[in-house]
Formats: sequence, C-alpha cells, structure tokens
Amino acid sequence: MKQESVILEAVNIGKTFGDVRALDTISLKLRAFTVHALLGENGAGKSTLVKCLMGYYRPDSGQILFNQKEEIIESPQRATRLGLGMVYQHFTLIPNMTIAENIVLSRADLPAVIDWDAEIKILQEKMAQMPFQFELRRLVRDLSVGEKQKVEITKQLLLDTKVLILDEPTSVLTPTEADEVLGKIHQLTQQQQLTVLMITHKFREVMKFADHVTVLRKGQFIGSAPVEDVNPQILSDMMVGGESLSKPPQRETLSDSKIKLNIDKLTVHNDQDLPVIQQLDLKVAQGEIVGIAGVSGNGQKQLVEVLSGQRSPQSGEIQAHGQNFLPHQNSIRQHKFFCLPEEPLKNACVGSLSVADNIVLHKFNEAPFAKWGLLRRGAIRRRAMELIQQYRVRTSGPDQPIAALSGGNVQRVVLARELAQDVSILVVSNPCFGLDFKAVADIRAQLLQARNRGAAILLLSEDLDEILEMSDRFYVISGGKLVHHTTPAQANMNTIGQYMAGH
Amino acid sequence: MTALRETWIISLAALALAFSLVAIFFATTGNSPWEVFYTLYRGAFGSWFSWQNTLVRAAPLMLTALCTVLPARVGLIVIGGEGAVVVGGLCSALVGITLQDQSPVLVITAMVLTGAITGGMWIAAVGALRYFRNVNETISSLLLNYIAIAILNFLVIGILKDPATLNNPSTHSIGEQNMIGQIGDTSIHWGLAYGIIVCVMLWILCRRSTFGFAADVVGGNIRAARLAGLPVAKVLLWCCFLGGAAAGIAGVLEVAAVHGRANSALNAGYGYAGILVAFLARQNPLAVIPYAILLGGIQASGGLLQRAHDLPDATVNVIQGIIFMVILSSEMFYGRFKWLQAKN
Ligand SMILES: Nc1ncnc2c1ncn2[C@@H]1O[C@H](COP(=O)(O)OP(=O)(O)OP(=O)(O)O)[C@@H](O)[C@H]1O
Ligand SMILES: [Mg+2]
Repeated sequence: MKQESVILEAVNIGKTFGDVRALDTISLKLRAFTVHALLGENGAGKSTLVKCLMGYYRPDSGQILFNQKEEIIESPQRATRLGLGMVYQHFTLIPNMTIAENIVLSRADLPAVIDWDAEIKILQEKMAQMPFQFELRRLVRDLSVGEKQKVEITKQLLLDTKVLILDEPTSVLTPTEADEVLGKIHQLTQQQQLTVLMITHKFREVMKFADHVTVLRKGQFIGSAPVEDVNPQILSDMMVGGESLSKPPQRETLSDSKIKLNIDKLTVHNDQDLPVIQQLDLKVAQGEIVGIAGVSGNGQKQLVEVLSGQRSPQSGEIQAHGQNFLPHQNSIRQHKFFCLPEEPLKNACVGSLSVADNIVLHKFNEAPFAKWGLLRRGAIRRRAMELIQQYRVRTSGPDQPIAALSGGNVQRVVLARELAQDVSILVVSNPCFGLDFKAVADIRAQLLQARNRGAAILLLSEDLDEILEMSDRFYVISGGKLVHHTTPAQANMNTIGQYMAGH
Repeated sequence: MTALRETWIISLAALALAFSLVAIFFATTGNSPWEVFYTLYRGAFGSWFSWQNTLVRAAPLMLTALCTVLPARVGLIVIGGEGAVVVGGLCSALVGITLQDQSPVLVITAMVLTGAITGGMWIAAVGALRYFRNVNETISSLLLNYIAIAILNFLVIGILKDPATLNNPSTHSIGEQNMIGQIGDTSIHWGLAYGIIVCVMLWILCRRSTFGFAADVVGGNIRAARLAGLPVAKVLLWCCFLGGAAAGIAGVLEVAAVHGRANSALNAGYGYAGILVAFLARQNPLAVIPYAILLGGIQASGGLLQRAHDLPDATVNVIQGIIFMVILSSEMFYGRFKWLQAKN
C-alpha cells in the first residue's frame, strides 16, 4: 500500500488574464511519492496551474497547502526553498555554458566567488546517486534535445527538489527516450525520494507511468482518479467532453503527378561549419506526402532551415515547379511554397507582435491588408478573427501578443496561417509537438486535405507513427543522408529501426 | 492601450526619481534644490523668451533622437547621431558654398538633400558592417562619431578654412541670403517645423506602413522575417539610413539656420543628447517631440543656472547623465508590475 499523505494541495485556484479565465476554481491533491499526471487540451490551463504552484503567477483566488499547511508562494525562490522544482515547457538552460555552470547558477545560495573545481567534485559525487550521468564540462549547446531534458531534470534533483513538476517533458523526446526518462523518474518516486506532477498529452505515458490523473478543460476541473480506474477512452472523453474528432479524409490519387519540389545535390553546413547534409536528392510530386523519418539531430533541422530561407546551403539547388527557388517573398508567393518549422515561437512567429500581425506575416503588404504602402488594421483584424474561430485558437483576441498564448495555441496560429491559404508546396516539421490529440487529428486531416487538393508535402517527423500514418512514401534520414526509402505499406519495422540507428 | 499606460507611469516615476537625485546633487553644491529647480524652470519654460530658447534647441534634438529610434526598430542600438550631424552639416555646407549664387530655394533644397543622404549613408554603413561583417553597431557608430569629428576638424583647419575665421576656424559662409529664416518675429528658426514634420512622418512610417511592419518583424524575430521571405538586409539598411538622414538634417539646420557655415559647433553634443531623448521616448518617434522639448529646456537653462547659482557649466551634463542612468535602469521594470497591466 502506497503512503497516501498529501504533500501539495491546490484548493479552488482561480486565475484570470485580461478577459481569459485561464483557471476557474481548480483543485488538485498531490499525494507523496506518486506520479500525478495533469491532462487537458491546448489552452486548458495546465501550464498556468503549475506556474501558480511555482510562484511564477499569483492566483487571484484559492489556497495552496504544502504538507497540510497553507503557504503563500509569492515567488519562484519561495517555491525552491519549499523543495518545489519545475522543468518548463521550453528549455531554460543557457546554451553557451557548460552543464556544471548551468546547474550551479540555478542554486539559490550562490556564493560570491565560485570554486569551480570543488563544485564539480561535489556535483560528480552527488550525480553518482542520480539516474542520469553526464560529463559536466560539456557545453549545453552541443547536447541533443534528449540530453538537455535529462540535464534539466538532473538539475532539479541536485537542487534537492522534493516535488518535481514537469511541463510536457516528453514532447521533444522520442518514445524510447521518453520511456527511459519517465521510467527513471517513476523509480525515484517508488524509492520514496520524489513526488512528481507531470503535464502531458500522451495517454500512453499516463497509463504506463502515472499513479493518479487529473483532467482540466477550458480552465475547469473535470475529474481526478487513480490510473487503475481509467482508460484512454474515458480520458479522452473527459478532455474534450464528447466533441467528435475530425475524420481523416480519404486519400485521393491524382492522375497526373508532376514533380513540384526538387532538391538537387544539396549540401548544408551547421553553425560550426561542419557538413550536416550531404548531396541530398529528393523529389516531391503533386498530391503526395513524402515523409522523412529519423532521430532528431540528423540534419532535419538544417534542411528545414534551408527550405525556409533561414540558412544558406553550401551547394546544391532547390527547384519549385521546375524553376530555381530562392526564398524571397515574391517567389514564395508565386510558387505558394510555405514552411512550418518546429518550435513556432522561435522559428515562425514574432513573439512581441499580436496574434493578428502574426497571422498576416506572409500577406501584410498585399491587398486587402495594405493599400498604398499603408496597413489596413481593420482588414487584418477581421482576417485574424476568422482564422481564430475556424482553427479554434484560444486567445483573448487578435490583439494579444502571440507569446502569451499556450504552447499548443501558438502552433495552431501558425498552422492556420499556412494552411488557410492556397498552398502548392508545403514543408512541415514535427507539426504535432505539444498538441492535444484532438488538435492532432485536426491537423492531420488538414494536411491530407491539402494533399488531396494537389499540394506537394514534405513531412519531417521524429514520430515514426506519424510518418507511417501520413506519408505516401518515406525516407529514413541518418547522418545527413537519405539512407532508406519505402512506403508505409511495405515498411519493415526492423529494417527501419536499424537505419534510424545509423547501421 | 495597457502598454501605453505602463510606459507613462514608469517613465514619469523614473523622471521623478531622476529629479530627486538631481535635487540631492544641487544640495551638495550648497544651493537650495527648490531655488535651483525654479531657476531651471524659468530658464526653460518661464517666459516666452526662454520658450524660444528651448524650442531652438529642441529642433535638432528631435532629429538626432530619430537616429537612435529608427535603427532600434530593427533591434540595433546606434549611438552615431553626433557623427551623422557632423557629416550631414559639413557636406551640406560644401554644397551651399558651391551653389551660393543660385536661387535660395534651390540652395536650401540641395543642402537638405545632401545632408540627409550623407548622414543616411553614414549610419547605413553602420548597419552594413553589422549585417554583413557582424561588427557591433554600438561600437562602430561611436567610433564613426570620432572619425566624423576628426574629418571636420581636419578640413576646417585645412583646405576648407575661410581665412577670415581666425579664432574659430570655419568653412566659408553659405551666404546670408541662403539661410533658413525665423518663424514670424520669434527667434525660433523653421528647423523646428522640420523636426516635427520628420517625427510625424517617421511615426506614420513605423506604425502605419507596411515598411514599419516589416521592420518590426525583422527587429522582433529575424528567423520569422526570413521565413516570410522579407528582404532583411534592405529593411535593416533603410532603417539605419532614415535615422542617419534625420540626424544629417539636424546638421543642415545647424549650418543653414544657425551658424551659416560648418565648424566645430556641429559637434556640440546634440547627437549624444538625442540618444537620451530616444530612450526617454522609448523609441517612439512621436514621443520624441515632447521629450526633445524637455531636454531642450534643460539645455536652455544652462546659462541662467551658471549666472544665478554659480553652478559649473557642466551642470547640464550632470542632469542629463543622471536622467539617462535612471531611465536606462527603469527599463528593467517593464512587465514586472501586474497592476500596471491589469485590465484590457
Ligand atoms: N501570460 C498570459 N497572459 C495572457 N493570457 C495567458 C497568459 N498565459 C496563459 N494565458 C492564457 O491562458 C490559457 C491557458 O494557458 P496555458 O498555457 O495554461 O495552457 P496549457 O493547458 O498549458 O496549454 P498547452 O497544452 O497548449 O501548453 C490560454 O488561453 C492562454 O492564452
Ligand atoms: Mg502549456
């Protein structure tokens, strides 16, 4: 029998931003030494709730009890002193510093002069007891996403965190990495060293690693239960309240399959000027989705950067509709060639500008949004309202800065922007990161519709299931080369796994 | 609108704090702060005479502030206003001297265009160094100030010197008939109108035009700008050019409305004070107008402060320095106070 004392409790928490009621009397009981999953669709208020617990926001109403005693957590420092630690939805490590520096910096009692050798020795000793090990002098920017996530978690453990809050810890990890990380964390709770509150969109992880689950919907508390009493069907009903999912449209085969996107002998270097993509050839025809599967860090990021004009290739050519393509506004419009990179806030949006401004990013200087070089704000706002409704973006309005939206809603804005226009060539990278299952169904349906209308779609994803479900044919990328080509129907999991692992 | 409220409250609080520190400074000089403030007020806004003095100084400040404001829209911190004033002033003086005998309208037009283009190119060079060679724009614009001043001194002492100007070496005069005149029977020259018009025009450009939108995208997230296929280099260089052009016009005004020739009075510090105005205005071209008047007032009262309270003539610089430090530190309070943002 597990110890059932409640270590952290939120009672009737309410929080309003402007006109958005982000949390409406939410309660949550976190039992000691358990893993508690927090589920809910995009914009349900999950991040806001945990930020209230961490002292990052002050709730408008309600109480927080820590060990049955009321605490006013007025700042993140206070939370740290209570033993609460959080890994945020976006990485907070400083890329140009070493792992050791990042860990020491986040200590609350930083001395004026730091004896690095001594610190590193202490860290190494402590780390021996931890589930993950690292070379402490490595620079964070050289780490893969999986490693970064492990560093974030280890950092919290080293800070003597008793209650660890994880905001979508696995949305950037492969299923294998996710299992490793969550498995280790689950183990720590069973050894009575840690209590975990975890936000996630993945039912598989809830069923496998969590002890309890709480579901939120649109800022409301929907229910809480031990995991034994629920199943994915019940959970999904709780999350969306019986709204139906978008049905994937039927795949249509087009009679004539012209090549729309042609990548010819493309070589790309990374920031350190090392080749990450070598002599890559790829063709995508009208009305097909070509997938690129692979573990992250094999050149996918740089390939998308080149296609979206954020990086210049070393050599090679990109052709759209048989013409040389340079990513300038005119040719982007002429060829209707659009890109949906991952991490939209970093790669595809201007965080300080409003939702409306971000929605018209491609079209702000053409009619009806501009006339004689002047912006027509009215038309821009009307367009934004339309798309906000159509794509069910949760925002207080078109004038809200996009950086204030929940992670999944930023993704929706960008998808709305790119998919609502007439597209002919589309490059998509991990479109479903951080989206709830309903949004995932929506987006996959949208991509298929675009394909059926004749768009050529290049889909890069670390999620093999997504590739298998979406693509007409796909490649495996490894070390910057396309090492394998097959179709979902003929795919052999073993072979693919070996190619992905670089054999 | 909330952002506006936050800006106002924090700016006013910062100014209040700055003036309290200034009061302490006055007290250390053995004066009663209240009396000195009263003198400052009299010297700046106390009479129509002091208002005129203030506005004459505000005109170049508006223009030099824009030299920091426009590059800031694309995320660059440029402090090269002083250099652009000098270059614009010097080059326009040369054009004015050469065209002396043409019609005054032509001379003035040619001078303004020359000043704007040369000042613009001067700051565009800063932008180009930044974009193509990754040279820090703050450092390069500062160094270009020194280069501009050195060129000016070299030329007015050397080949361009009018032998008649002995103790204040200057170029030849552009001719009395070509000077920009005063507004009505005031002592304020038409440069004030230039300043206000340019501020309003650039405000419209920044806030209402597609160019301003592109600049906000480039300044906000260059990766998004590239994704949208915007001509990043062009937008960045144009912003630098327009800022430099405004400062160049300030140089033209100093030559064509005040001194009639180019000399070391061109580097009287309007470029540096303009940086302060730009930060006070939080890089908003329209807000530049009132803050330039405030700073112009402080500068105008310098003489009276010296005479009435026996304060050193660097007093004005001390006041400006204190305000600048406080304003820069106040930047960190934006977004910190929930009650300033509450309600939409
Ligand atoms: N700082 C803020 N200012 C204004 N509104 C905000 C702010 N933070 C969150 N919101 C709004 O509150 C709501 C809840 O956001 P929250 O980030 O908690 O969602 P979430 O459940 O974490 O979603 P996701 O799964 O997409 O991360 C959203 O509608 C969001 O727009
Ligand atoms: Mg979230």
